[in-house]
Amino acid sequence: MTDFTPYSAILGGALIGLAAALLLIFNGRIAGISGIVWNTITQTGWERAWRLFFLLGIVGGTYGWFLLSGETPPIRTGFSTLKLISAALLVGIGTRLGSGCTSGHGICGLARFSKRSLIAVVTFMFTTMLTAGVLRHAL
Amino acid sequence: MRSKFAFFLISLLSGLLFGVGLAISKMINPEKVLNFLDIFGTWDASLILVMASGLLISAAGVYWVKRRGNAINADLQLPTKTEIDGRLVTGSALFGIGWGLAGYCPGPVVASLAYGNTEAMLFVPVMIIGFYLGEQIEKRWL
Repeated sequence: MTDFTPYSAILGGALIGLAAALLLIFNGRIAGISGIVWNTITQTGWERAWRLFFLLGIVGGTYGWFLLSGETPPIRTGFSTLKLISAALLVGIGTRLGSGCTSGHGICGLARFSKRSLIAVVTFMFTTMLTAGVLRHAL
Repeated sequence: MRSKFAFFLISLLSGLLFGVGLAISKMINPEKVLNFLDIFGTWDASLILVMASGLLISAAGVYWVKRRGNAINADLQLPTKTEIDGRLVTGSALFGIGWGLAGYCPGPVVASLAYGNTEAMLFVPVMIIGFYLGEQIEKRWL
């Protein structure tokens, strides 16, 4: 059970949107995390370097928030390792084939009114909800 | 690109804001995400507000860049593909299943590395193997 937290959701979402807008306005790039992680591995030189800075920022930002806010980071225990590994493989394969994830298609793609992103978001939101629902209620 | 230093600085700053945003919105908590996905159970609607508010600000950025015709410090690089193909739909469907299975999508799981989340430390390397497999599938069969 988690509580509905509208204010932190709106504030946090706005910061994520600001991050995407900043990267687009100044650097002309899309803040799509799956692509950025993959290209950090496959690219070289400064094309790799800026992505490393971005990922370092994500980790640093989260670290800094927990350090300064005094909030306890959420730790889940006893979650199935098999499920975790299957999930990670599916997320990896799926975002490569589908060219993006929640950030690239959701936050950035929908903002550009991209038809591909709209199809992607509708598709993954549907299968995500279906999977979560089936796992919790049918199994 | 006009200034490499500014390019890196903006990348870092954007990442920082992204990370703080994920932490504040509590989207790094996989249970909160799973509760959003589970409409007929313990529904927690927070995620839709995160998406909506993020989308709104991001759209303002898109509007600005499109009106100006370019980015400030570099050439604008937007995705060029427009066709809706089986790859897009199949890939997105698989990603959704993976997301619904554990409650992690790429952004939050990378952010969770910040506090030594053991699930994330397993998830991220396996996800990268998944990226590699996805590339191979694309090269060989598609």
